[in-house]
Amino acid sequence: MIELKELTKTYGKEKKVAVDRVSFSVETGELFGLIGPDGAGKTSIFRMLTTLLLPDGGSATVDRNDIVKDYRAIRNSVGYMPGKFSLYQDLTVSENLNFFATVFGTTIDENYELIKDIYVQIEKFSDRRAGKLSGGMKQKLALCCALIHKPKVLFLDEPTTGVDPVSRREFWDMLARLKQQSITILVSTPYMDEANRCDRIALIQEGQILAIDTPGKLTSSYGDALLAVKTKNMYALLKALPSYPSTINSYAFGEYAHVAVRDNRPEALQQWLTGEGFEGTEVIAANVTVEDVFIKLLGKNKTHRAEK
Amino acid sequence: MKRFVTFLRKEFAHVLRDRKTLLILFGMPVVQILIFGFALTNEVSNARIAVVDQSNDNTTRRLIGRLDASRYFEVAQTISDPQQMVKPFRSGDAKLVIVFPAQFEQQLAHDNSVEVQVIADASDPNVATTLTNYVNAVLLDFQQELSPTAAPISIRTEMRMLYNPQLKGVHNFVPGVMALVLMLVCVMMTAVSIVREKETGTMEILLVSPFQPMMVMVSKAIPYLLLSIINVTFILLLSVFVLGLPINGSITLLMAESILFIITCLTVGIFISVKTSSQQVAMLISLMGMMLPTILFSGFMFPIENMPVPLQLISNIVPAKWYYIIVKSVMIKGLGFSDIWKETLILAGITIFMMALSLKNFKIRLA
Amino acid sequence: MKQADRHIDSSTTVIEARGLTKKFGDFIATNAITLDVYRGEIFGFLGANGAGKTTAMRMLCGLSVPTSGTATIAGFDVYRQREEIKKNIGYMSQKFSLYDDLTVLENIQFFGGIYGLTNEQIKNKGKDLVTRLGLANEANRLVATLPLGWKQKLAFSVAILHDPQIVFLDEPTGGVDPVTRRQFWELIYSAADSGVTVFVTTHYMDEAEYCNRISIMVDGSIEALDEPSRLKHQFNASSMEEVFYVLARGARRSE
Repeated sequence: MIELKELTKTYGKEKKVAVDRVSFSVETGELFGLIGPDGAGKTSIFRMLTTLLLPDGGSATVDRNDIVKDYRAIRNSVGYMPGKFSLYQDLTVSENLNFFATVFGTTIDENYELIKDIYVQIEKFSDRRAGKLSGGMKQKLALCCALIHKPKVLFLDEPTTGVDPVSRREFWDMLARLKQQSITILVSTPYMDEANRCDRIALIQEGQILAIDTPGKLTSSYGDALLAVKTKNMYALLKALPSYPSTINSYAFGEYAHVAVRDNRPEALQQWLTGEGFEGTEVIAANVTVEDVFIKLLGKNKTHRAEK
Repeated sequence: MKRFVTFLRKEFAHVLRDRKTLLILFGMPVVQILIFGFALTNEVSNARIAVVDQSNDNTTRRLIGRLDASRYFEVAQTISDPQQMVKPFRSGDAKLVIVFPAQFEQQLAHDNSVEVQVIADASDPNVATTLTNYVNAVLLDFQQELSPTAAPISIRTEMRMLYNPQLKGVHNFVPGVMALVLMLVCVMMTAVSIVREKETGTMEILLVSPFQPMMVMVSKAIPYLLLSIINVTFILLLSVFVLGLPINGSITLLMAESILFIITCLTVGIFISVKTSSQQVAMLISLMGMMLPTILFSGFMFPIENMPVPLQLISNIVPAKWYYIIVKSVMIKGLGFSDIWKETLILAGITIFMMALSLKNFKIRLA
Repeated sequence: MKQADRHIDSSTTVIEARGLTKKFGDFIATNAITLDVYRGEIFGFLGANGAGKTTAMRMLCGLSVPTSGTATIAGFDVYRQREEIKKNIGYMSQKFSLYDDLTVLENIQFFGGIYGLTNEQIKNKGKDLVTRLGLANEANRLVATLPLGWKQKLAFSVAILHDPQIVFLDEPTGGVDPVTRRQFWELIYSAADSGVTVFVTTHYMDEAEYCNRISIMVDGSIEALDEPSRLKHQFNASSMEEVFYVLARGARRSE
C-alpha cells in the first residue's frame, strides 16, 4: 500500500540531510509504526508521503500513486493528522467534523459507523469550541476528522505527543479497532513503549532507518544477554558498571539499570558488585524492550558513521 | 548595577543580530526624509488650466502667454465654445478655467477695467484656493506692466468655485478617508486570515484534501466584502447627515464603484497572505506597506501632479488613487459613468492582475 | 573500595509545603498540596497536563503567590521572601532556557551575571562547564546551531551555575533520543550527588523511576507520594505507567 524507495530530503543551503535514502513498505491493513526521537526525520517523511513536500531523491507511492506525479489522487484519498492536531479552534466539535466531511465530498452520516466508537467519547461536547477541549479530546476529534471520508490510508504524525497517558492508551485501542476495518495506518511516535502495539515498526534516527521488523522479532533477536541490576545507590552503580569486565554496554532504565554482557551469569555480576562495595544488590535477567534495541542500534550507528 | 550592565549587553546582542529590524530602523528614516523632503509639497506648479478666449486680441494673447510662461500654470486647452467650458473639469484635465470676455482690449482701454471669469475645481478646495491666488498674482503683475505710470487699470476676477462653492474641506477629506479605511480594513483582514491557517497548521490538512486554492481565497474574502459594504454605507450616511456632504451623482454608481474598490483591496490582501507565512509580517506589510503609499500617493493630501515623475508613476499603481478620483467625480462633481470608465477599467485591471498573481503564487506544497 | 549508599538526609527539608492552594476565581488549580522534599533528593512531580503541576511549581519557585496554605523553600517563606527564593534556586523549562541568538559563552556570562556571580567566578565556572560537557569547540557558537540534546544539557548546567540549593526542572527531556535522555539524567544524578536537590516534572513514566520519591497530581490534588517501588507495590503494578493509569483514569480534568 505504501512503498518508499531511497527517499531523501535535504534542507537549506548546506543541504542538511533530514531523510537519508529511506526504504520500506507498508502492507494493506497493517499498523506500521515509525519510531524515533525529535529530528529523526519522521515528520519530513510524512510530509513527503502526503505530498506536502517534494523529495530531493528517491521515490514513493501510496496505493500505487506516485507522490510527485499523482499527488492529486493521493490528496483526495488519504487521511492525515499532522502534529499538534490542527483543528479550527473557534469552530465547535460538530462544525469541524462537518467541514472536513464536506471538503471531502461526503457527510457525517455516510461514514458514521467508522468513527462511531471514537465520536461517542466526545459527543457530549459537540457544541464546545475545539480550542477549549483538553489534549485528549482534541486528539480524538482530529482522528475523527481524518477518518470521516473513509480513507484507505491513515497518516498519523505523532498523535500522542503531549497527551496524558490515559488518553494515549485509549488512542491506541482505537487504532487497533480501526485496523480491523482494513485501514492501513502509518503512525509516528517518539514513545518506545507504543512500538509494541504496532504490527511492524521502523526505528529511525537522524534520517536513517536503523531496523525494520515486528517488535517481537526485534527484541528476540537482540543478540546479547541483557541483565537488570538494582542497588541502593543507582548513580554509583551506573558509574561502576562500565568497569565490569563482561560489560558491552550499560545504561539507566528506570528502577533497574540494564547491562548488556558477554557472560550471561547474573551471579557473577552480583559477586563483582558486592566486591565493589555495593549493598542490597539484585541482578536478574532483563526483558528486552524496543528501547533496548534502539539504544544498541544507536551505538552501532554512531560507530558506523564515525568510520565512514 | 552589574546586573543591569549584564542585561544591557544581552539586549545589544539581540538588537544587533536581528538584521531585518536593523534594516527597518535605519532604512525607514532615510526613505521618509527623501520622500517628504523632495517629493511632497503642497505647492502647485505647472497646474493644467484651460482658457476660453472670446476676445482673441493682442492683450488676451499676451496675458495667456504670461499665464503659460509662469511656473504655476500650463495652458493645456484653449476652448473656443464657452458651452464646452465644463468639459475639462469633467475629464479632470484642468483644475481651472479662465474666461476672457469678448472685446477684452477695448473694454480695458475704454473703461480702464475689465472682468475676467475664473472658474476653479473646488472638489479639492486647497488646490482651488491656491490656484485662484496664483491667477490673481499673475493678473496683478500684468496690470502693473500694462500701465506703470498711467491711470491704474484693474482686471477684476469673478471667482466661481465649482462643485464646492463653500470650499468645504470635508469634500476633499471624506473621499480620501473612505479610500484609506476601506483599503486598510480589506487588505489587512484578508492578509491575516489566510496566513492564520498557515500558522495554526490547518492549512496542511486543507492541502491534503480535494480542496481548491481558488475556493479558499474567495471564501475568505466574501465575509469581508459584505462587512465592508456595510462599512461604506455607514460612512456615507455619516458624511451626508452629520458632515453635510452632498452626493451629487448617482448613489448606485458610487456603491458599485466602492464594491469594485473593495474587491481590489481584498485581492491585494489575498496576495499578501499568499506570500507571507506569519501573521505579524502580514499585518506589518498591510499597515506599513499599504497605508503609507495610500496616504501619500492617493492624492488627497498632496497633489500628485507636483511630485517628481517617478513618484507619479508609482502613484498609478496605488488603487486608492483611482478610487479617490472616482469618488470625487461621482460624489462631488456629480459625474456619470462615461466620465470615469477609464479609472474603473484600471481598478478592474488591478483586481484581475492581483487575483491571477495570487493563484499563481499559491503554494500547493509546504516547500 | 566501599561505595557509600546514596543517603538521603531526611532531617533536612529544603521544600516544605502545607495545604498550598491556588485559586483562579472559582477554579481551584492547586488544591491544598502538602509535601516535604529533602536535601539531595531527586523528587519527581508527575501529573497529566492540566492537573495543576505547573501552577504548583510556579508557587514553589516564588513566581506566583498562593491563595492559601504555607510553604518554605530553602528556608524562605513563599509569601514574604519570594525574591530570596528566586536567588537560591535554579530553573529550567522546556519552553525556554537559553537565548538562541547568543553564543554558549554569552549565555553563561549573562546568566552568571543575573545570578550575581563575580566575573572571576563566571570565567572559571564557565570554562569548567564547557569542558565537562565537551563543548569546548562550540563555546563561541550560537546556541541555535546546537542539536537539541546539547542545548538541554547546557541549559541544565547553566541553571545550576550558581550552585543553588534546589533546581526546578519543568519537563526537561521532551523529544530527545533515549541515549541523550540518559546522558541528561546522568547530569541530574551528578548534581544530586553533590547535594543539589532536584525537583523535576516529567510525563515520561520511566523517568519517574530515576527519582528517589515521586508525587502524582490528579485534578489539582496529590493522590500519591512515595518511592516508585513502594507505589508499584501499593497499586499492584509492574510499571509506573500502570500506577499512573490507575490513578489518572478517573480524572475529570481531561474532559
